[in-house]
Amino acid sequence: MTFRTMVEMLLGGMGKSILIYVLTLVGALPLGLLVAFGRMSRVRPLQLFVKFYISIMRGTPLMLQLLVVFFGPYYLFRANTGTGYRFVAVIIGFVLNYAAYFAEIYRGGINAIPAGQREAAQVLGYSRSRTFMTIILPQVIRHILPAVTNEMITLVKDTSLAFAISYSEMFTLAKKIAASQTTMMPFVIAGVFYYIFNFVVAFIMERCEKKLSYYR
Amino acid sequence: MSVLQMRGIRKSFGELEVLKDISLSVEEGEVVAIIGPSGSGKSTLLRCATLLETVDGGSITYLDHAVAWEEEDGAAVYAPAKELREVRQVFGLVFQNFNLFPHFSVLRNVTDAPMRVQKRPAAEVEQEALTLLKKMGLEGREKAYPFQLSGGQQQRVAIARALAMNPRLLFFDEPTSALDPELTGEVLRVIRRLAEEKMTMVIVTHEMGFARQVADRVIFMDKGVIVEQGGPEIIDHPVHARTRAFLNKLEGEEA
Repeated sequence: MTFRTMVEMLLGGMGKSILIYVLTLVGALPLGLLVAFGRMSRVRPLQLFVKFYISIMRGTPLMLQLLVVFFGPYYLFRANTGTGYRFVAVIIGFVLNYAAYFAEIYRGGINAIPAGQREAAQVLGYSRSRTFMTIILPQVIRHILPAVTNEMITLVKDTSLAFAISYSEMFTLAKKIAASQTTMMPFVIAGVFYYIFNFVVAFIMERCEKKLSYYR
Repeated sequence: MSVLQMRGIRKSFGELEVLKDISLSVEEGEVVAIIGPSGSGKSTLLRCATLLETVDGGSITYLDHAVAWEEEDGAAVYAPAKELREVRQVFGLVFQNFNLFPHFSVLRNVTDAPMRVQKRPAAEVEQEALTLLKKMGLEGREKAYPFQLSGGQQQRVAIARALAMNPRLLFFDEPTSALDPELTGEVLRVIRRLAEEKMTMVIVTHEMGFARQVADRVIFMDKGVIVEQGGPEIIDHPVHARTRAFLNKLEGEEA
């Protein structure tokens, strides 16, 4: 196998890694906010349930969670999952896991906003939802951006965990090629690709942080 | 008709009784100063009046809106949320630590609520905001962000923000307590001017000289009750021993 074919194959895998990455963020960022609301809810059972969920997601390996999501339906219910389920399982696993981390970041950010902001908005007659959307959330986002960037960088590398259920993203392919061609070149190429991927993510997030730093 | 009428207000935080049967009414055009030692309940009274805290007992009425009233068992009940939203348009509040929205420019701080909450036309609101800011001595700072302003300027923006809603009554919660001494003057000057224009105001303050000047009525509170109230002359000639003790102590600190 030529170097060029290797690169081309890995690039195809990278496309799938990026797809996992984007879909995970699209799902986990909003879901995390909902989870954070649940975690801060005054309804005690809901709060405890969400706390338990976050504790499981953060307390067990993501790789194990992927296996449970992928094989669970069969072992538990003898359900026949179709061929497309492998990819769906990857996304479900990642979204559920990352939403838990994002939820805790949101919670910290929301609690860090002084009570006076909410009170000022209330006296001015803003509804609760408008207060959250226009007064609280923009300040929360700015506050939590560095922590979110951290998670986003970790997620780039975590996409490789999809190899656990043999979804053919970049890392799974690199492993396969390395074994069949007995060379470690695919690992080097994959490493470079992951690094570039993260470089771009860090660059974009830095721009976002700059853009939001117009006030203190 | 009184703008605000509070009767028999009771409020406790746990075991601590903060307000014990307080009654207060404010007439149109009147300036009321509330003075008293810290922990006397004056800020809590203001927070109850502005619906930031709920009272345990007693009644609150703004103009012809019944906000809270007492049931037969003595517990206070509040009007439905929709009614309360309307009532909030009657009054404004200026906080001790301003509570401006840091991510909004000065102009947006003043225009956002009139535009989004009162749904008034943008052009009209903006014009009014610019006039208000000018009146507050903030001409040319419309595009600045709160962090770029001094405390005194921030508080004047906060006053403009409250006034932009065209309230019938404006509350001030120790409006100069968070300011450096050299900045209090500019804020007090603005409030004094509002008093001259017959703006109805209730001001919790520690500035005795200022209270004496602007207030039509001074209320002295201690330990959750109104000990004494009357014209501004009670600051110089308090009748009650507790008022005397408080004023003497203040004077001693200032000298």
